[in-house]
Amino acid sequence: MPIDILMPALSPTMEEGTLSKWLKQEGDKVTSGDVIAEIETDKATMEVEAVDEGVIGKLLVPAGTENVKVNTKIAVLLAEGESADSIGSSAPSAPKADADTPAATSDAAGGKARQSAEEPTAASDSKVPAQPKLDVASDPDIPAGTEMVTMTVREALRDAMAEEMRRDEDVFVMGEEVAEYQGAYKITQGLLQEFGPRRVVDTPITEHGFAGVGVGAAMAGLKPIVEFMTFNFAMQAIDHIINSAAKTLYMSGGQMGAPIVFRGPNGAAARVAAQHSQDYAAWYSQIPGLKVVMPYTAADAKGLLKAAIRDPNPVIFLENEILYGHSFEVPKLDDFVLPIGKARIHKTGNDVTIVSWGIGMTYSVKAIAELEKEGIDVELIDLRTIRPMDLPTVIESVKKTGRLVTVEEGYPQSSVGTEIATRVMQQAFDYLDAPILTIAGKDVPMPYAANLEKLALPNVGEVVQAVKTVCYK
Amino acid sequence: MTDDMKFGLPGKLSLHVPEPEVRPGGKPDFSNVTIPKAGSVRRPEVDVDPETIRDLAFSIIRVLNREGEAVGPWAGTLTNEELMEGLKHMMLLRTFDSRMLMAQRQGKTSFYMQHLGEEAVSCAFRRALLPGDMNFPTYRQAGLLIAGGYPMVEMMNQIYSNDADPLKGRQLPIMYSAKDYGFFTISGNLATQYVQAVGWAMASAIKNDTKIAAGWIGDGSTAESDFHSALVFASTYRAPVILNVVNNQWAISTFQGVARGGSGTFAARGLGYGLPSLRVDGNDYLAVHAVAKWAAERARRNIGPTLIEYVTYRVGAHSTSDDPSAYRPKEESEAWPLGDPVIRLKNHLIRVGAWSEERHKQMEAEIRDTVVAAQKEAERHGTLHSGGRPSMRDMFEGVYAEMPPHLKRQRQQAGV
Repeated sequence: MPIDILMPALSPTMEEGTLSKWLKQEGDKVTSGDVIAEIETDKATMEVEAVDEGVIGKLLVPAGTENVKVNTKIAVLLAEGESADSIGSSAPSAPKADADTPAATSDAAGGKARQSAEEPTAASDSKVPAQPKLDVASDPDIPAGTEMVTMTVREALRDAMAEEMRRDEDVFVMGEEVAEYQGAYKITQGLLQEFGPRRVVDTPITEHGFAGVGVGAAMAGLKPIVEFMTFNFAMQAIDHIINSAAKTLYMSGGQMGAPIVFRGPNGAAARVAAQHSQDYAAWYSQIPGLKVVMPYTAADAKGLLKAAIRDPNPVIFLENEILYGHSFEVPKLDDFVLPIGKARIHKTGNDVTIVSWGIGMTYSVKAIAELEKEGIDVELIDLRTIRPMDLPTVIESVKKTGRLVTVEEGYPQSSVGTEIATRVMQQAFDYLDAPILTIAGKDVPMPYAANLEKLALPNVGEVVQAVKTVCYK
Repeated sequence: MTDDMKFGLPGKLSLHVPEPEVRPGGKPDFSNVTIPKAGSVRRPEVDVDPETIRDLAFSIIRVLNREGEAVGPWAGTLTNEELMEGLKHMMLLRTFDSRMLMAQRQGKTSFYMQHLGEEAVSCAFRRALLPGDMNFPTYRQAGLLIAGGYPMVEMMNQIYSNDADPLKGRQLPIMYSAKDYGFFTISGNLATQYVQAVGWAMASAIKNDTKIAAGWIGDGSTAESDFHSALVFASTYRAPVILNVVNNQWAISTFQGVARGGSGTFAARGLGYGLPSLRVDGNDYLAVHAVAKWAAERARRNIGPTLIEYVTYRVGAHSTSDDPSAYRPKEESEAWPLGDPVIRLKNHLIRVGAWSEERHKQMEAEIRDTVVAAQKEAERHGTLHSGGRPSMRDMFEGVYAEMPPHLKRQRQQAGV
């Protein structure tokens, strides 16, 4: 039996790669451990080693092919005595460049969010104090005929930084591995080459140190973008982020503040266990003085990171390693900036509201597709910014649907979802037809093993079930 | 920013960003690494006044010379039989690494980190410890386990995260934890273990116990605050601890000069804290053991802590997620002036007539069989992609010493 050689996954999050070079040709003998090909991922170049012995019967994917999906057949290995004729005619499936694009992104690319600026009047209860009118700008109109470009969240983040660095000499990026290595997750790809080592700075390994240096540089008038290799490592920097960056403007009587962006991957990726998988959205959302942004789509990542860099306040920008490789449509505009603090209606619906953000959206998007088949019409809101929180958009939706489910990956206690539930209960109690349900991870540190990791995270089934529960179905 | 602005007149300032000597495409150059002759560095008494040995932080203690002879005042801490065992430990670790690296490429685990070129550091150091002593290691000291007699199958079960994983599928591959073997849980967040090692040692002193601790850190992570805090506490309370810095030249793509700055050597970091600070050839099994033994005796006699910098070279990639050809010349490891620790010890044993090429080949084959047998046994319990999995029920255990009711409920709801 000929043995299929498959495109290997070199990391749990790798979905596709470029087959850059074949080092063995058809007819070559290989033994276990021989390097047969080189493949390139968005992270690194790697060598593919043969697992079995045999003769290369056929190379199915030519060298130089991009976007080869993991597990695609790339070659066929023949055992001793087999001839190339024994290879079936199964051609490799053509790589699909846009397979990552989720189905329901019709409204994803900076589409207009709800225009209603009407403040939530909390029922007709006169004991609830009137709320001041919220002054958050809506998403900018995308001119008709604007070209949409498909790009990954990774590219969108890089473009946002590059554009802002071209626009403003004071913007610079620093962190571990951001320069020479082009970023541990390749978010700063090409920035060193364009802006040089003065503005793209590899730091010593001390989050506490370079977060403090960043705050100092911000106070001296620069606009630092501080990349944490992951937010898990930023816990030792949290003193500078909270006690200095978030509070100095207030403590100095408004004399000096820190216009700084702290960004990097947050939450669980895959197989990285307890110390590399924590979601910090709820932590930072507690702190006055900070803004906390957590985008899902590439367009939001780009528009909101540009806004964060321009913001005069410290902004915590929570990305996600798994989302880095997801592709979305992004409007091709010279200067695409989105307002911080404004939610986006991902899909309108009438029966029930789901509020989610960041990676939580991936569960929600899949769940609403399933629920649609069962005749449940969900309105899905992507919160995008955790602080300030666009509660009016949520309240408006709940007034219409009467039911609410929140979806996030973080721990269940004192989560962002419980905060939303409290406030909706206070401000729209009379509109609710069912208790609000909050979907979150299990109350355990993230385990490593795949089966345990899956169990510890929320899943689509839980979201579907929660929606049915609040609909009494 | 140009070089001639660096020492200009007062006026416009410019930022200095350190750069390694050579990048990919260039010719490897270690001419800046001064290598003293083997046997040339003096061996002070263990109760020496640290002020009088400050120069040892800028030299390199070496025992094995080019001819494979053990020379100078640091030689003679191990017998030939002990050295043959040491050679076996290093070869076991190297074979273990190559099998596990291959297992990662085959999808049997998601991640691996190897020790290639650095085997002597952890393997020889372990020989200077006694039962009950505690290491606070990084991810590149598995030699502490191998030389300490920890079962290799257990290490593989952990790497494969299978149903016999001693850590129950909770921790990243290679982040072992073995209390009975003096091996504290490896932390993925760099440097936290360093100051914890000092705390453990202080507790041992408070309890009037006899055990000592060893902290481990890489060149890059000495930039972390934990490193500096560890030195303050070790110095102030004279904790019975050995503070090890493994300088393998590279922190992923960042060369050691970025963390070291202008201090000359990593050992020199200890001088400001008044610690005896030694620098040793990390690829010389005999020198590593001699220096470790010296430091262990200081700790055991309640004299105080010692800082040791091991000068070595990371021959392999940082981890299976790294590709070093992007940031350093491929030939750099061959140009490394301190050679290979396995070959150097082998040559020494042949030189003194205790070993031969034939016996070496024979041991290589035996070790391969041992490691392959262990691998087969571990794989019977499963690998990342097939076979036995850690128990789902266990996932809710160990969050607290006793499982609280809400977790019991969650477990019930999860149906496991």
